[in-house]
Amino acid sequence: MNNLPLLSLLVLVPWAGALLLAALPGLSARAARGIALAFSCTTLLLGLAALSGFNPAAAGYQFEEHHAWIRELNVHYRLGLDGMSLLLVLLTAIVSPLSLAAAARGARDLRLLGALFLVLQGSALGVFLALDFFHWFIFWELSLVPAFFLIKLWGGPGAGRAAYQFVIYTIAGSAFMLLGFAALYAATGTLDFTELARLGAGGGLAAQLGPRAILAVFLGVFIGLAVKVPLFPFHTWLPPAYAEAPTGVSMFLTGVMSKMGVYGFLRILWPIFPAQLHAAAPCLLWLALGGVVLGAFAAIKQTDLKRMIAYSSVNHLSYCLLALFAVAAGRSAPNAGATAAAFSGTLLQMFNHGLSAAALFYGVAVLERRTGGLRGLNDFGGVRTVAPVFAGLCGIAMFSSLGLPGLNGFVGEFLIFRGVFGLEPGIAAIATLGLLATALFLLTFWQRVFHGPRAGAALGEFPDLDRGERLTLLPLVALMFLFGVLPHLLTGLINPLVTTWAGTLPLP
Amino acid sequence: MNALPWTIYVTFAGALLALLGGARSASLARGIALATAVAGLGLSLVAAGNFVPGAGLQTLVDVPWVSQLGIHYHLAADGISLTLVVLTGIAATAGILFSWNIEERTGEFFALFLALIGGVYGVFLSADAFLFFVFYEIAIVPKYFLIANWGSTRREYGAMKLALYSFAGSAMVLAGLLWTYAAGGATGFGLNELAAAAVTLPHTQVVIIFALVFFGFATLAGLFPLHTWAPTGHVAAPTAASMLLAGVVMKLGAYGCLRVAMPLFPVGFLAWQPVIGWLAVVGIVYAGLIALVQDDFKFVIGYSSVSHMGFVMLGLAAANTRAVGGAVLQMFSHGVIAGLLFAVVGRMIYERTHTRQLAELQRLPLHRLLPFATVVFVLAGLASMGMPGFSGFPAELTILIGAWKTSHIWALVAAVGVLIAAAFTLRVIQVVFFGKVDPAEVAAAAAHPLPPISLPEKLGSLLLLSATVIIGLKPDLLLNWIMPALQSPLFQAVLKKGTP
Amino acid sequence: MNSLYAGLFRALAPEAALVVAALAVIGLDLVAGRRQTLAWRLNLAVLIGALGVLAAGVLVLATGPVGAVFGGTLMFDTLAVAVRVGVLALMLLTLGVVTAAPLSRQPAEYIALILFAGVGFLQMAVAQQLLMAFLAVELASLSLYVLAGYDRSRPESAEAALKYFLLGAVSAAFLLFGFSLLFGLMGSIGFGEISHVLGYQAMSPLLAVALVMVLVAFGFKAAAAPFHLWAPDAYQGAPTPSAALIASASKLAGFALFWRLLWSGLGSVSGQFTAQHNYPGWLIVVALLSGASLLLGNFAALAQTNVRRLLAYSAISHAGALLLGILSAGQSGPGPLFYYAATYGIAAAGAFGVIAVVERHGRCQEITDLAGLHQRSPLLSGCLLVFVLSLAGIPPLAGFFGKFAVFAAALQMAGIASPAGWLTILAIALSAVALYYYLIILKQALVSAPAAGAAKIPVPRAAALTLVVAAALLIALGIFPSVLLGLF
Repeated sequence: MNNLPLLSLLVLVPWAGALLLAALPGLSARAARGIALAFSCTTLLLGLAALSGFNPAAAGYQFEEHHAWIRELNVHYRLGLDGMSLLLVLLTAIVSPLSLAAAARGARDLRLLGALFLVLQGSALGVFLALDFFHWFIFWELSLVPAFFLIKLWGGPGAGRAAYQFVIYTIAGSAFMLLGFAALYAATGTLDFTELARLGAGGGLAAQLGPRAILAVFLGVFIGLAVKVPLFPFHTWLPPAYAEAPTGVSMFLTGVMSKMGVYGFLRILWPIFPAQLHAAAPCLLWLALGGVVLGAFAAIKQTDLKRMIAYSSVNHLSYCLLALFAVAAGRSAPNAGATAAAFSGTLLQMFNHGLSAAALFYGVAVLERRTGGLRGLNDFGGVRTVAPVFAGLCGIAMFSSLGLPGLNGFVGEFLIFRGVFGLEPGIAAIATLGLLATALFLLTFWQRVFHGPRAGAALGEFPDLDRGERLTLLPLVALMFLFGVLPHLLTGLINPLVTTWAGTLPLP
Repeated sequence: MNALPWTIYVTFAGALLALLGGARSASLARGIALATAVAGLGLSLVAAGNFVPGAGLQTLVDVPWVSQLGIHYHLAADGISLTLVVLTGIAATAGILFSWNIEERTGEFFALFLALIGGVYGVFLSADAFLFFVFYEIAIVPKYFLIANWGSTRREYGAMKLALYSFAGSAMVLAGLLWTYAAGGATGFGLNELAAAAVTLPHTQVVIIFALVFFGFATLAGLFPLHTWAPTGHVAAPTAASMLLAGVVMKLGAYGCLRVAMPLFPVGFLAWQPVIGWLAVVGIVYAGLIALVQDDFKFVIGYSSVSHMGFVMLGLAAANTRAVGGAVLQMFSHGVIAGLLFAVVGRMIYERTHTRQLAELQRLPLHRLLPFATVVFVLAGLASMGMPGFSGFPAELTILIGAWKTSHIWALVAAVGVLIAAAFTLRVIQVVFFGKVDPAEVAAAAAHPLPPISLPEKLGSLLLLSATVIIGLKPDLLLNWIMPALQSPLFQAVLKKGTP
Repeated sequence: MNSLYAGLFRALAPEAALVVAALAVIGLDLVAGRRQTLAWRLNLAVLIGALGVLAAGVLVLATGPVGAVFGGTLMFDTLAVAVRVGVLALMLLTLGVVTAAPLSRQPAEYIALILFAGVGFLQMAVAQQLLMAFLAVELASLSLYVLAGYDRSRPESAEAALKYFLLGAVSAAFLLFGFSLLFGLMGSIGFGEISHVLGYQAMSPLLAVALVMVLVAFGFKAAAAPFHLWAPDAYQGAPTPSAALIASASKLAGFALFWRLLWSGLGSVSGQFTAQHNYPGWLIVVALLSGASLLLGNFAALAQTNVRRLLAYSAISHAGALLLGILSAGQSGPGPLFYYAATYGIAAAGAFGVIAVVERHGRCQEITDLAGLHQRSPLLSGCLLVFVLSLAGIPPLAGFFGKFAVFAAALQMAGIASPAGWLTILAIALSAVALYYYLIILKQALVSAPAAGAAKIPVPRAAALTLVVAAALLIALGIFPSVLLGLF
């Protein structure tokens, strides 16, 4: 069992499922959905297997796989799993089947949809596991392709444009990142993240590249990642993409794909360019702050619920970066506690946002399904009275997203604010504005749609959740409670990692 | 290795047989042509099997030919030639599969097709500049007739333009080579002899000669601004011919630059290096932008070829082992991918819908009508965008790495080019295959379904797709041949000089 | 003295064979041809003519390069033998063309005239003396004038003959005048003696005049610009076999004579124009003629719609390249020049042969008259492809290697930074231009659809054989150029 290439399997099994679907023409919609879901669920099994074999006390990579690949380019096939990866793998494992189930409801061309979705899932997992730029980038770029088609083919009326914009923005970022790594390779002859991080931490990278070039390379990689997260002001592709995508896909986009960018910041940018990030962090802090505050305020202004949640994603993910930049800026006295809190908060926030945003999108999907595509803030009213279960579950997700204590969202945001207050009190103070605005728009959402007398679309027939919908929402909500009450289930996985990071903070 | 010269002989013999067989029946000509192409591919793979990578050309045949002028019939190969010979085999086989439906003058078509292929094999295997030139020109004439006879839009204009550009380019090459031979007092046309002769020439002359030879070859490689023949030629050509044009013929030019112009005149190269580099990157971006606004599907692909060949030229201009290796890899990769793109556009779509206008294709529900073509084009488009996992990615990455070493700014502009490539490829994918479908067209399509994709088309697509995926995942297969070849003294002379 | 005449007789046996054949053709036609059809008479004449040419060829080879004959009046060196064999081969080719062409009313006389012209060509190949040279040239020319005007049914033919004759006569006057000046200055008419005397005589104005006269005259004969005016009309109007002969055998013999006169006779006043040394001589005049011919021939050909005129302008441009060959022959010997002229002759005669066959079944003047040839006769279109591509200089055909060898020799002679160098670059550049008009011909023949009602063209067996052999020769000589180059 130990010789099993667990991590490769994580990536390859969904892909195998995609191949299987592609190779079986004439499959019935039911069978296609079943196969797709089954393969999607394997990630959960394999992820749990990884969890059971994971040694939470170790900070390094586990289950590592290492094979020579392209000798001429010194590229190695190297996969590894640490606490951060594990967290994200588990997140993917949870969100993927649910998103797929949501996307598959009532969709046409289930075989194609399932295949594309499985490719997407495998690629996302690959991003979280790869330790060499070459195949990391394969996974990173490959994830765009199915996402593009999922948005384009099953999305709303503006989907074509949105998908195009989404891919072009991301590829623009990727092109610069690719150039950056080309330059890194030209200087160092390696594309291995660990190796590059070692050089970066020791300052060897700057010496080999030269001061100006390394700045350019840093910028290239930064842009590539920032577009993906997205960091303000690189976020303009996001609201249309999330809004036009079919809701199941939006769940995955926000739940998993947006984490790829944050993951990249933590796995690549910070370790390899600590000095450059340190230098740039004061400015970047303001960008992250912009995301937090403006994202939230923009969400207030939205009347389209999907766009609202999309902007709230910008806001939530900016918290993660805010914490990272606050640490990297390192302007105040070293504060190990705050640093550790910031990191833990970042990691938890990624996980929690994945759950809550996915649940919220699903809520919108339920509304859309009942009303034939309506999702305006003002199209509903009093849904609670006709669909109490739905309202309840949605409300919990909303409060989780809001950061209500007792639910999972609270833990991450709390830790981030604790860390940022310790490091950058001024910034943290402004960031609370974002919290306020978040509360405002989520409550508006809650109030307009669920409360009050029945109005708008809710006047018509509006059944409560059926079995499938409950099966989708309930696990998410349950996990929100679970990790809200027992956050150490998660922090236990990442503590050693965070301690190492905080301890070996590569600061000048 | 000894199988390699037979690729030439077998192909020319096949051309003759196809001509004779075509007089009897079209399917006989097809069979002969396919058998010949497969034999060529098989021979090249057999040769690849027992190829020992190393520096320098490994002589296959060397007999005196025109002793009065010191010309030898000298065939030789190294990893670079081998890569391109294999590419030629693949492109030829796929091209024939995609021209299976040629009914008019079938024998002549395949005879010309194979004559072109034979010339291409010959160029890649020549180690004597004269022989190289002979094969190079042999490849030009069949192109003209293939396009003028079996082409489509403005075929006679496109064919003539292409022939004249190619011929003008080769006239420049001829002038440069003769100049070196005569003025340098060379005793023969072997590449080594000419290189030795070039050393004795004064600096100014070498600079001029290099320009003649390099830009002569670069015309065929589609280097901006000498590329204008390429889009019109590609558009006018019948599918198989555009596949060959983009697939191997443009590679002839780049190969000439690499094999002849650069190693023979390192000093000249040094003087022109900045110009070439800038032309290459400007070409990448310019052709990409043009492709972005085309209305004709084939023009998009035609300009994309120019843009991608810009990467090859950039790799050459960067002149370090890494970049040049990447350039050769890109030659292979683009050969396969461009072939595939043209096959979808020209054969699978145009011959069924009879339009290439994006606006008209947009109204057709193509991804339902032609799901196979859609999948193939999407995959090929991704490969063409430099999507990792396909052969374009390691090639462009290697070129970028090498280019960065030489000039940061070139690499930067080229990266922008990568983005533009993504933009225009996605645009056509969107518009053509997933456009705003006109319901009337859907009804019409239901009433008159398009002819299904035939077996030869599927086989050809699979052949090309598997080539790009295999090399994308395991570029070592080719890099292990290419990189040692670049260690030969002739290449190192220019690569050392060109790297700052 | 007797042995001298015996040697002369042996050496001139081929000429004698031609004359005998010519007389036999006329005589037999007179005797036996009265009651026969025109075709029968033509076939008989061609058969006898071909036998005569073959016999002459055997005799040429049997004699071999015996050196100077008749006190140095004639020179039988390797070049002479090669040119004589070449000329005879091209005449055979022309006879083949005759069988393909539309029937003329007096076939026997026509064949006899070709044979008489052949005598002149054979003499041109060996003349080593001003008077012999003049006689040979005029013997050949007079026959050609008549041949050009032979088709009395078409006024164009008469016009062609008249222009050709008038300009030819002027050129003959120039030639004679130049020769007499040379004789006056040198006191001798033998090339050897002239060369000897010139060795210690400086350039004088009178000598310059003589040289210019001779060059102008040869310019006329070779249809080099700016003395080319007769050529397009003659090619257009003359019966096709006559045009083939003018374009092929006459060119080869003429350039051989030209080479002999200029290098072995006037070699020491060639002058030089390398970058270092630049003193005047005939080289510079030849270079000017060459450049003018290349430019004019190629550019004027672009504008032609008549296929014969196009071939005429192409001939002018090839004359430019041949003059380049003359320039370089001082260094490289006559090998490249001979190769070029011989293979050009084959290709040009072949192209006219194709035209002749097409003409049998309709008009063949405009390029569009060739439309759809691939459907009307695949054999003809295939042969035409080879001939035209050889004219265009596409490898592996002989035309390519001819150009290559001549250009290489020209560059080797004076290096790049000299008029010869620039001329070579010009010639190479213009070869790209030339491809355009050659492709126009091929486009009509191989791409365009035939005109409505155009029938298939049956090719007479003899003509088919001739054309196929010519095409095969072009391919074989292109792949194995050493066969000819190795002679020298």
